[in-house]
Amino acid sequence: MTSALWTHLVKDLRIEWRSREAINSMLFFALLVVVLFSLAFDPRGAFSQEIAGGVLCVATMFASVSALNQAWAREIRHQVLDAQRMAPTSGAELFLAKVLANFLFVSIVQLLLAPVFLVFYNLRVEGNAWLLAVVLPLGTWALVANGTFFAALSIRTRNRELLLPLILFPIFMPALLAMVLATTSILTGDNDPTLWIKLLAGYDIIFTTVSLLLFDVVLHAE
Amino acid sequence: MKKFAIGFYVAVTIALMIWGYYQAIYVAPDEQTMHEAQRIFYYHVPSAMVAFLFFAISLIGSIGFLSFRRNRPDWAQASDAWALAGAEVGVVFCTVVLITGPLWGRRAWGIWWTWDARLTTTLVLWLIYVSYLLLRRFAAGPQVQTLAAVLGIFGALDVPIVYMSNRWWRTQHPAPVFGGGDDSGIKDPTMLAAFGWNVLAWLAWGLLILGLRYAVERQHQKYAAQEAQEALNEVA
Repeated sequence: MTSALWTHLVKDLRIEWRSREAINSMLFFALLVVVLFSLAFDPRGAFSQEIAGGVLCVATMFASVSALNQAWAREIRHQVLDAQRMAPTSGAELFLAKVLANFLFVSIVQLLLAPVFLVFYNLRVEGNAWLLAVVLPLGTWALVANGTFFAALSIRTRNRELLLPLILFPIFMPALLAMVLATTSILTGDNDPTLWIKLLAGYDIIFTTVSLLLFDVVLHAE
Repeated sequence: MKKFAIGFYVAVTIALMIWGYYQAIYVAPDEQTMHEAQRIFYYHVPSAMVAFLFFAISLIGSIGFLSFRRNRPDWAQASDAWALAGAEVGVVFCTVVLITGPLWGRRAWGIWWTWDARLTTTLVLWLIYVSYLLLRRFAAGPQVQTLAAVLGIFGALDVPIVYMSNRWWRTQHPAPVFGGGDDSGIKDPTMLAAFGWNVLAWLAWGLLILGLRYAVERQHQKYAAQEAQEALNEVA
């Protein structure tokens, strides 16, 4: 079980370590989104506290789409994906390895982006700051697990890269809502984010399970 | 015989729709607080019911396709046609809901739209099924049916989560008319009759369109299979 997963994971991490394509492009893209939002909404004072959570989540979401497409586009070249389909292991391991790798990349981007946020939006965390260490990984997992699944799905179609955001964003909406509301309530300290953390955890469990179950169907779709 | 049955069904449907219109506009009494604007209820709620029913048909079709695709290809093709027809006609009815809702909201609430649980859920549902139709349009080849079935299941799974998340967020939509509590239910019998007739009429109409769409898709599948067979024969 674990050896195939480990091989896929090490391969993806090694490629990223040598090229740093995904992290660099995501980081720059997210930074651009943050700057664009700041120009568009002119965040000051209490208002910036309120929108910062939403901007962080949306910026991560947009940035990860490009990287997730690349994760599978790389496998299409030289018919690597066909070789993986013939490999005598379950597709779930391939899927989980991809999710873990991309989860790591997006998390690194968020960590690097956090100080930029604190500066640009003059943020003070009024609630429990350590809860952010629960909310952001849960939200990122929801994004990356679904995104990896739908990227594998859309890569099999004619329009490839174009399709992923179109099918990912509607499905991701409840998780985005929960992630934004939890982050905002931690930043402003007004509300209790527990309910939203539970919702995120539930979303993660449900969709990760279904993705693992259905990934073979997508991988072998004829 | 089959043609006669279809013609009869069409005639009954049209009669039902005329009767439903008459009931809703002329027979049902004026509502005390919302007055004439309330009559849109006779179109809004039946459309929502039909849309949800058709999305359920689409989900069953998607599951059916995935379970039959290995050993019963013909059943799988039929399931896929139901999944597509359900999603397409469901989106049309859902669009009607999303248009009639704001028209009523403007009169009753003074605003066109609010991000309330049921409104947001319906909108997200609409978005999910539009993305399903986009996938069917963008993807080519035989794998489109499998991919669409998978997306159909994901989309349906998302609906209860969207609903719960929005309910915790905020709610402004009127409490359920049926099964909402002691005070719920339509008290006036003529109002209830008008509502019932309209549900029946729109359901009959929706099923007619759904059936037509299904038949068209089946024909389409038949031609596609025929073309594939002819291409094979030419090679041989």
